[in-house]
Amino acid sequence: MHTETAENQALIEQTVRDFAERHIRPHIRQWDETQFFPMDIFHQLGELGLLGVLVPVAYGGSGLGYRAYVAAIIELSKVDPSIGLSMAAHNSLCTNHILMFGDEDQKNTYLPRLASGEWIGAWGLTEPNTGSDAGNMRTVAVRQGDHWVLNGSKNFITHGKSGHVAVVIARTGEPGDKHGATAFIVERGTAGFSAGKKEDKLGMRASETAEMIFQDCVLPDSQRLGKVGEGFIQSLKILDGGRISIAALSIGTALGAYEAALAYAKERKQFGQSISRFQGIAFKLADMYTDIEASRLLTEHAADLKDSGQKVSLASSVAKLHASETAVRVANEAVQIFGGYGFTKDYPVEKFYRDSKLCTIGEGTSEIQRLVISREILRD
Amino acid sequence: MKILVCISNVPDTTAKISFTDNDTKFNKTGVQFIIGPYDDYALARAVELKEQHGGTVTVLNVGESESDPQLRKALAIGADDAIRVNTEPTDSYFVAAQIAHIASQNSYDLILMGRESIDFNSGVVHGLVGEMLGIASYSPVMKLDITGNEAKFAREIDGGKEHLSAALPLVLGCQEPIAEWKIPNMRGIMTARTKSLAVVEPVSVDDSTVLEKYALPAPKGSCRMIPAEEAEQLIALLKTEAKVL
Repeated sequence: MHTETAENQALIEQTVRDFAERHIRPHIRQWDETQFFPMDIFHQLGELGLLGVLVPVAYGGSGLGYRAYVAAIIELSKVDPSIGLSMAAHNSLCTNHILMFGDEDQKNTYLPRLASGEWIGAWGLTEPNTGSDAGNMRTVAVRQGDHWVLNGSKNFITHGKSGHVAVVIARTGEPGDKHGATAFIVERGTAGFSAGKKEDKLGMRASETAEMIFQDCVLPDSQRLGKVGEGFIQSLKILDGGRISIAALSIGTALGAYEAALAYAKERKQFGQSISRFQGIAFKLADMYTDIEASRLLTEHAADLKDSGQKVSLASSVAKLHASETAVRVANEAVQIFGGYGFTKDYPVEKFYRDSKLCTIGEGTSEIQRLVISREILRD
Repeated sequence: MKILVCISNVPDTTAKISFTDNDTKFNKTGVQFIIGPYDDYALARAVELKEQHGGTVTVLNVGESESDPQLRKALAIGADDAIRVNTEPTDSYFVAAQIAHIASQNSYDLILMGRESIDFNSGVVHGLVGEMLGIASYSPVMKLDITGNEAKFAREIDGGKEHLSAALPLVLGCQEPIAEWKIPNMRGIMTARTKSLAVVEPVSVDDSTVLEKYALPAPKGSCRMIPAEEAEQLIALLKTEAKVL
């Protein structure tokens, strides 16, 4: 178990904050408007040790726990949620899948590159026709001797175009069979693997989302990740941890909007006084703060469970559901507090408002979280 | 090469400043502390020089335990060990005497610090330390390279730069653009925990000054915007209201 002291935690937060203020904040608007995915920033995040946060030092990572990981995502997302999202997807999904289920060769090959930021990772489960119903995926992998042949496509994939390597889940059995899917590692440049359309999105626009296409993509069996038939079950375990990172992303997004609204409410004068002195605004701020604090405690609780190796499905779904719904609500109220100015691009809250909506959709919609939670609490 | 970097523990530049005890004590409540920004430049250059030439960087603070997070950060950035002289820094002479005492026990080739701290801004500690140790000191140094036993550096002077060279050891007060501030990486933060942070007791120094009172500047008045095409009105106001013309 990792024992980061409070002082260390504070230093990690300060480090990420300093980096975000210096290297991300000056570019937020331009990246948002042009949908620019800042690859350079990710190489720098790699140098800082933020692209292999959970990866052991032996594989070139930082060897930190979920508590530190959550803190880093929050600080990045407070400044630009799309950078927080990309950082989280790289760490929790692609890198973590190889860390948790890869063999020694795969870990030695891929983890140092991913942790250093030399390579950016993607992870493909979702397809055009199967989002929440991932078990019915259509991308198939057929075994031919020592090789596998992949056909199909994955969409809404973070770093689907620029990622240097992707973990892809493909069907190797019957649709709907829990043991009917297998995970593979596919490198960019592999014949038959190409990028499709890059999505033009409402928010999180500096985080690249694109389609990945497989047409007779031949992979040696050494690219198979874990056992045949375990891909779907592995994915559910990856998503259990991933939800903690999306909860952290949500908290950062909410905090960014809240802090902007708090400062503005104190500064903006109407009827001869700061609008923060009106109860209508003060109570909004109180509710925003309360929801964020609750989300933070739920998320830190899930992170602690994960760090101590306990089952985390319920706790991470609860945290993700509460934090993501909070992010949307807080960003909405922040725009309201800013009034007309909040509706313009001259102030930061309209972007948080757009970015926040991803949180209730990505890595399991709020509805799927409720499904997971209800199944857990109704289990006999 | 042995480098000593002296860092001050100062309020963040955005901190709200207030006083207690009849305006005789700085109110630290709720104030975030940071490494003095000029000291941070000195530290960054020291770490770069160590990477180029080998050697060690020791970071020193005269202060109480509240400085420890800043010393840990310096260790995370790349300093090898840290020393804290466990006392409240009262004035420049007192701080310089503590630094000189530590320096006299270890033969450092370079003693670097910021041109000034950003709390009391006296900007004299480097000069005092040099005098106390009997070695040359320069400030503000904005460029620094070392070749063998010689330092080549540039100093800001009125309206330009002065390029100098001098033999080590030296005491230098630094400012930008001597180096870019460094942000520690995660591994640096983790290794910092295993590095030594020695806490030593101060040497006794006679009080040279007594603090009587702090005072804040008068709050800024409201700002009036005058359109560019009404420049005459601006001149009139500067004459009649501001009385500066």
